[in-house]
Amino acid sequence: MNFVRLIGGFFIGFLAATGRLTLFASTAVSHVIRPPFYFRILGKQMVEIGFYSLPVVGLTAIFAGMVLALQSYTGFSRFSAEGAVADVVVLSITRELGPVLAGLMVAGRIGASLAAEIGTMRVTEQIDALTTLSTNPMKYMVAPRLVAGFLVFPPLVLVADIIGVFGGYIVAVYKLGFNPNTYLQRTFDILETGDVTSGLVKAAVFGFIVTLMGCYHGYNSKGGARGVGTATTNAVVSASILILCFDYILTEMFFSK
Amino acid sequence: MTETAPKISLKDVRRAFGPKVVLDGLNLDVGVGESVVVIGGSGTGKSVMLKCILGLLQADSGSIEVDGEQTVGCSASDRERINHKFGMLFQSGALFDSLPVWHNVSFGLLAQKRVSIEEAKEIAITKLAQVGLNADVADLSPSELSGGMQKRVGLARAIAADPEIIFFDEPTTGLDPIMADVINDLIVKTTREVGATGLSITHDMASARKIADRIAMLYEGKIIWAGPVADIDHSGNEHVDQFINGRADGPIKMAVRA
Repeated sequence: MNFVRLIGGFFIGFLAATGRLTLFASTAVSHVIRPPFYFRILGKQMVEIGFYSLPVVGLTAIFAGMVLALQSYTGFSRFSAEGAVADVVVLSITRELGPVLAGLMVAGRIGASLAAEIGTMRVTEQIDALTTLSTNPMKYMVAPRLVAGFLVFPPLVLVADIIGVFGGYIVAVYKLGFNPNTYLQRTFDILETGDVTSGLVKAAVFGFIVTLMGCYHGYNSKGGARGVGTATTNAVVSASILILCFDYILTEMFFSK
Repeated sequence: MTETAPKISLKDVRRAFGPKVVLDGLNLDVGVGESVVVIGGSGTGKSVMLKCILGLLQADSGSIEVDGEQTVGCSASDRERINHKFGMLFQSGALFDSLPVWHNVSFGLLAQKRVSIEEAKEIAITKLAQVGLNADVADLSPSELSGGMQKRVGLARAIAADPEIIFFDEPTTGLDPIMADVINDLIVKTTREVGATGLSITHDMASARKIADRIAMLYEGKIIWAGPVADIDHSGNEHVDQFINGRADGPIKMAVRA
């Protein structure tokens, strides 16, 4: 009986948390389309989320591309199908690894930073101070960050795609002895517009998820330093899980037959 | 109490957090231009009362009127309009650490798009001068200021938009006695200059005696005594006597674990 109660309590808790998150997201989105707009904050956040994430995302992408080329070569060489290395690298990077790895890396960098920043503002009464100064915190803090995440993730992932494919090219040409022209030709032949656009749509969704979870957990943090620490952990963990869930859902939408 | 309609009127305000009832039928009127200080022990609901007036918390029931206008259950746009009348000095200062001091002071004016950035900086420097800070601090970050200076900046921010009502949340907590007195003097001076109504909460009796026209004591969610500051020493209320004299023995029992 206790076990059933435990399961029931967990399920009700899950539904309540989902409801609170949905309400938070819908309120934030409603502020995105209603003036006043804070363009300066939006610009600052776009630089913070997009530009300053380039090094970490670029490094992740280049090593992912390099490892992918090495591993796929090891596997394909057993069937004399080494030529497919270029196909695997470019399709894996553009469809999956580019957006997912960038999403996970930025969830760690930006999700944690947003939760810590907003959480500290919450526990030091800065969010209350905004309200007393006739400024809606959702409009001033949350909406610009959501828009920034949604807008800058696709170009960030596009750069990651290019760097990732370049990483595979370096290993294939300089370590595995592929002909550079043949490798590039094969890469462009196999690649279709849908492969890139599906990855960019995923990127926009992941950008929204990362900033939403950072803002949500920071905004609802309680207590002092411990509360902010918990909010930061929850932001990264929940964003990472949601990225993987939505990756599957979006892949089903784009590629299932 | 003045005979004109009160600036702020709380009637039978109730607020609970789960089973814990914090405000239990609170009644309080604050007259126009009056400075009322609410005293009471820690955890008696002083901050909750203030947050209910500011709209940061919703009262479960009762009425909170500002200039005769009901604020309990009002729309977000009405709340924003009513909040234009308010200035607030937070206990912790609550300065925005991502913004320089001058931007903190004139934040409300810029948010309401009432002034340009150049004008906002000029106003900020004027307000900083009113609280005894020179223009050098305008470009500093709040983290570069001492606790007393942060309180002054918070006060400058509270009066920047010339509000009709200013709230002070434990304005002298964490300050040495001399700085606390400086802040008390500034509160009296600036509220008079702005011509504002003041509502403060504190458990610092020296501060209460200095800034109040009238003192009210909050205990177990209700105002148990209210009167002119001159009457506080012969209130005839045992709870008030124990509190203002800081005695451990008396009707107010503190929960202390052995």
